[in-house]
Amino acid sequence: MATDSQLEIWEVFMQSKSGANYIHAGSVHASDKRMALQNARDTYTRRGEGTSIWVVPATAIVASDPNDSEMLFDPANDKIYRMPTFYTMPEGAKAI
Amino acid sequence: MELLKHSEEENEESLKHFEEKIERGDSIEPRDTMPEAYRKHLIRQMSQHAHSEVIGMQPEGNWITRAPSLRARQILLAKIQDEGGHGLYLYSATETLGISRDEMIAQLHAGKAKYSNIFNYPALTWADIGAIGWLVDGAAIVNQVSLQRTSYGPYSRAMVRICKEESFHQRQGYEIMTKMIRGTSEQQQMAQDAMNRWWWPSLMMFGPHDSESPHTGDAFRWRIKRHSNDELRQKFIDKTVQQAEVIGLTIPDEDLKWNEEKGHYDHGPIDWDEFYRVITGNGPCNRQRIAHHKKVHDDGAWVRIAAAAYRERIKKQNDNQ
Repeated sequence: MATDSQLEIWEVFMQSKSGANYIHAGSVHASDKRMALQNARDTYTRRGEGTSIWVVPATAIVASDPNDSEMLFDPANDKIYRMPTFYTMPEGAKAI
Repeated sequence: MELLKHSEEENEESLKHFEEKIERGDSIEPRDTMPEAYRKHLIRQMSQHAHSEVIGMQPEGNWITRAPSLRARQILLAKIQDEGGHGLYLYSATETLGISRDEMIAQLHAGKAKYSNIFNYPALTWADIGAIGWLVDGAAIVNQVSLQRTSYGPYSRAMVRICKEESFHQRQGYEIMTKMIRGTSEQQQMAQDAMNRWWWPSLMMFGPHDSESPHTGDAFRWRIKRHSNDELRQKFIDKTVQQAEVIGLTIPDEDLKWNEEKGHYDHGPIDWDEFYRVITGNGPCNRQRIAHHKKVHDDGAWVRIAAAAYRERIKKQNDNQ
């Protein structure tokens, strides 16, 4: 048999309804963007799960290293002044 | 996906993180460090699961052109399309572990990767389509509901999606059985005959008894598996008996009876000799299933080659502009 491959991997992101965030649904194999969209539609929206799809070549996605998660995400915990509950409001003030 | 590594931590340190995550009940994600044995276990289990979805299309596909009504045909087509979709979710989740789809398919064709033993049985009559949906998908659902909480994130997410879709499969099967049991005496016999042939293989789908299951220890420790084979099998029996009774089908097990003390049904011995005979390649359809998969894969090669050639042409055109 001639050279065969399962084509490239594309990651699929779906918007479930208008106004919602795009959420990762999974991946598909396709040779080009049109096929990637078509395959994503066939694979991930058989029951009206989406109103819109993004497909991205998997090789174009860059991910953070899980081992760096402390370094990357911990500082947020000691900046509690970013939370509205940090502040004391004067007695009687409304709608704030 | 590219991983941006800022720091090269000691492997040991990362493995400690893995154990801690498992302990906390966090999910493991593709880029997390994981023991090689965990990765291997998942690849084996998930690729087998994916292959089962795809090979499972064969006994049902056999009935598309012979479905008794347009309604039945549409439903069966939709169900089989779902099974194909489920295979794709699972292949895609397995690929995150660093194995390519080519490799998985090669392993299937070489007999290194297995698929669920149940699909080595033939679908002889239309009632078998009912029994497959009701019993085989019913057993699969019990297993998959439990796997929704498996420790590997992509596997767990695929299971959640699959479980949402599977319940229609089971209901359409039960509806077929109900219709046939209310039909002519010949149809009733077909329904009971299908029940007789599919009951025991469905129980075998949960795998060997806990005392005999070779992979169970690690799978539990790593929270890949959340319930044992026997627990899941019991759950399936307990809920299926009542469904059979409602429509007047007899479960082909003389020893089946309610055990008040345990709060479960007791069942007769499972014929594990048959199980091992079939799983080692000597079931009614083993050769046919793999031969068909190979043929379709080879027949479709030109599509993949053409798609790749088209991509190259478009790329060249864009480069020239």
